[in-house]
Amino acid sequence: MTEASGPLLSVEDISVRFGALMALSRVSVEVHRREILAIIGPNGAGKTTLLNVVSGFYHPYEGRIRFEGRDRTSLKPPDVAELGIARTFQNVALFRGMSVLDNIMTGRLLKMGGHFLLDAVWYGPARRQELAHRAAVERIIDFLEIQAIRKTPAGRLPYGLQKRVELARALAAEPKLLLLDEPMAGMNVEEKEDMCRFILDVNSEFGTTIALIEHDMGVVMDISDRVVVLDYGRKIADGPPEQVRKDQAVLDAYLGVAHD
Amino acid sequence: MSGHERFLTLDPQHDTFPKLVRDNARAMPDRIAIREKDYGIWQAYTWRDYFDRGRRIALGLASLGFARGDKVAVVGDNRPELYWAVLATQCLGGVPVPLYQDASEKELAYVVDHAEARFAVVEDQEQVDKLLAIKAQCPRLEWIVYDDGRGLRAYSEPCLLSLAELEERGEKFAVGHPAVFEAELARGRAEDIAVICYTSGTTGMPKGAMLTHRNLLVMARVATEREGLRPDDEALAYLPMAWVGDHMISYAQAIATGFTINCPESAATVLHDLKEIGPTYFFAPPRIWENLLTTVMIRVEDAAWPKRRLVRFFLELAQDLERQRLAGQPVSSWRRLLAPLGGLLVYGPLRDNLGMRRIRLAYTAGEAIGPEIFVFFRALGINLKQLYGMTEASVFVSVQKDGDVRLDTVGTPMPLVDIKISEQGEVLFRSPGVFPGYYKNPEATAQTLDDGWIRSGDAGFLDAAGHLKIIDRARDVGRLAGGTLFAPKYLENKLKFSPYVKEAVTIGQDRPYVAALVNIDLGAVGNWAERRGIAYTSYTDLSQKPEVYDLIEQEVRRVNESLLEDEVLRGAQIRRFLILHKELDPDDEEITRTRKVRRGHIARKYAALIEALYGDRDRVQVEAQVTYEDGRTGTIRADVAVRDVPAAGAGR
Repeated sequence: MTEASGPLLSVEDISVRFGALMALSRVSVEVHRREILAIIGPNGAGKTTLLNVVSGFYHPYEGRIRFEGRDRTSLKPPDVAELGIARTFQNVALFRGMSVLDNIMTGRLLKMGGHFLLDAVWYGPARRQELAHRAAVERIIDFLEIQAIRKTPAGRLPYGLQKRVELARALAAEPKLLLLDEPMAGMNVEEKEDMCRFILDVNSEFGTTIALIEHDMGVVMDISDRVVVLDYGRKIADGPPEQVRKDQAVLDAYLGVAHD
Repeated sequence: MSGHERFLTLDPQHDTFPKLVRDNARAMPDRIAIREKDYGIWQAYTWRDYFDRGRRIALGLASLGFARGDKVAVVGDNRPELYWAVLATQCLGGVPVPLYQDASEKELAYVVDHAEARFAVVEDQEQVDKLLAIKAQCPRLEWIVYDDGRGLRAYSEPCLLSLAELEERGEKFAVGHPAVFEAELARGRAEDIAVICYTSGTTGMPKGAMLTHRNLLVMARVATEREGLRPDDEALAYLPMAWVGDHMISYAQAIATGFTINCPESAATVLHDLKEIGPTYFFAPPRIWENLLTTVMIRVEDAAWPKRRLVRFFLELAQDLERQRLAGQPVSSWRRLLAPLGGLLVYGPLRDNLGMRRIRLAYTAGEAIGPEIFVFFRALGINLKQLYGMTEASVFVSVQKDGDVRLDTVGTPMPLVDIKISEQGEVLFRSPGVFPGYYKNPEATAQTLDDGWIRSGDAGFLDAAGHLKIIDRARDVGRLAGGTLFAPKYLENKLKFSPYVKEAVTIGQDRPYVAALVNIDLGAVGNWAERRGIAYTSYTDLSQKPEVYDLIEQEVRRVNESLLEDEVLRGAQIRRFLILHKELDPDDEEITRTRKVRRGHIARKYAALIEALYGDRDRVQVEAQVTYEDGRTGTIRADVAVRDVPAAGAGR
């Protein structure tokens, strides 16, 4: 399981506790290369916590996280980002005063080398680097069809577009694993359809592995290869969408069970 | 007019567009032919590139068994690759059929099938999906070639081919058949069909107007000479490729004259790209001029009051002066002295801001333009002229001459064009640009083409100075029940001058008075409402606010007052109006893709509303079907208010 052909990410038996609350208890999830994995569950099930653990915001008190076969349990967010894991947030987290272009450019920060003093004197390489990064960002702008808002301050954009810019920024880091926290929350039908198309295109064009949290079941069933269901911090189902949809435990978690 | 006859003789070495592109590639290989904004940068292609890519695509098509006379559907936004595909098709003696990129599957299926297209060259996945969906209904369609392969990786249909693959096949084909391309190109004749343009048509199914190389080339050259176009001109290629206007300017004239066309990055960035390019030659239907005016007015309204006062003062000044100039009246001298100051403070910066600083020639065509809109842009110092044209005539029929522009005419006939008025008052014309007929539609051809004369379907007359004046569509000009003359489009254009009115439909034929259905402009009215603290939830909600009705009533009164100046039409004032609860939409077949109102359809669909306009109730319940972009339908229910407007004029 630990060789390069194994899962891209494996979360093994992790538990997270906030005081007396068990946010996650002994959850194991594997994310395979090039798949789209959906994580679903009722409110408070621990979905975002799981994403936060993977991206290094929280650390589990037990269990291990392996990325590309290596143990990554105790890494901090910047280190995780350097490994090739990028994410978007449930509440849009853009630099509101900065232009869309600059926002996406920040996604390339980790890829930028150079030296503060050297760059000041030796202009050529710094310029070449800047051009290369700008070209990469322009490809993403083209890909996500946001040419028209390139120079618009992010804070002035409607919500649906802000979400798209956030996705662009995450993509700019050229991640191996892309974590999307409710990419379609608060969108209208048309915006959702656009977003679905972009997620599928990212997956097929760049081969990016995607793990996403989503509430819209229609979306989940349409675009994901596999679905993991969490409830009260436990994993209650894991499998292809059609199978999960019929799973009794999942139905109970969503619809509630009569207590005897 | 003599002297223009020389354009009628075409040298067989240079009598088709492929031959002319080859000439351009030889005579000015490194001059820029097309620019396209891609990845945020203007990428330039020379005439050598133009010809070379056309050749490669042609060879690719030839490798698939292309035969002379084959039709190629071309679908997508304005992209260099698609213009090259048009060229490639013509190189092989085929006929390109450009289609509207936002056409629904139904419309697309009809045209692709009717044109018997064997090949389709399209822009991207969106168009590929549509064509795959209709392929079963179009048995002759064999190959779909796409330019942008994004999202198409998983497609396994054997009929799909990327443009790069096609060109690669062409290269291999050329090894075994080195002489094919030159031979096919040389076989082209001026009388060959160069393009089939399907006209959107306000009635019935689209008709495919065939145009020959001769039609397009002669008219392109005549227009180039009369309007003084030059190889260093710059045009923006942003109008649908399916529209004959774009084919004439961005393809035929660009090749014949050798000027540069510029393809915007996307439909949403056109205004921005316009600013970056600063074209010298600009063609836009009235709709675009209206939109530009609306954006300007919104920005003026948002400015701080000293600025707003200043801008308004100078804009009004310039428009007054321009109106006097157009009417041939003397211009009062003290006001004329202020104009240069206005140029410095307002007109120059505004022109620059619109990207129109360098414009030498701008046209409005396709539909009548509101006089106020026309005056506005001319007042800014933009050489905006009205062009009267038709697909069937290779665009140019009459154009206002530089220095001889009048508000109410569409100018004098182009050289080599004869115009006469039939006994019924219909405008007829003939010219070297007149088409040989509609593809596979002899009945329609016979209705339009009468012994070389084209029946335009427009009512109009030639005035004493030889200017052509168009009143309206011949069948639309009507009379009220009392016998008063009523010209719906004239009224609608007056209404649409208001930035708050997006679309208007007036009714009055055999009715006691004129009534109007109004579409508000969501951007402008929304902005207006925000500034007044009027909350609204949706288009429907906003449209029915009493405050918005007050706003539109003012506009209607303004129109009524302006009618008083006209002896003939003063009786046809708008006495009742309502604001529609939804926007008129081509997807609902209420307006055409080129945004012409489809009166018949609207009259049927909104029969209940129209009855209310001639009833005495002040509210009416309405249900309307809407069609979403993916073809599904839904219903919108709303309560629509109807409002009376008093007639303007003394003694009432």
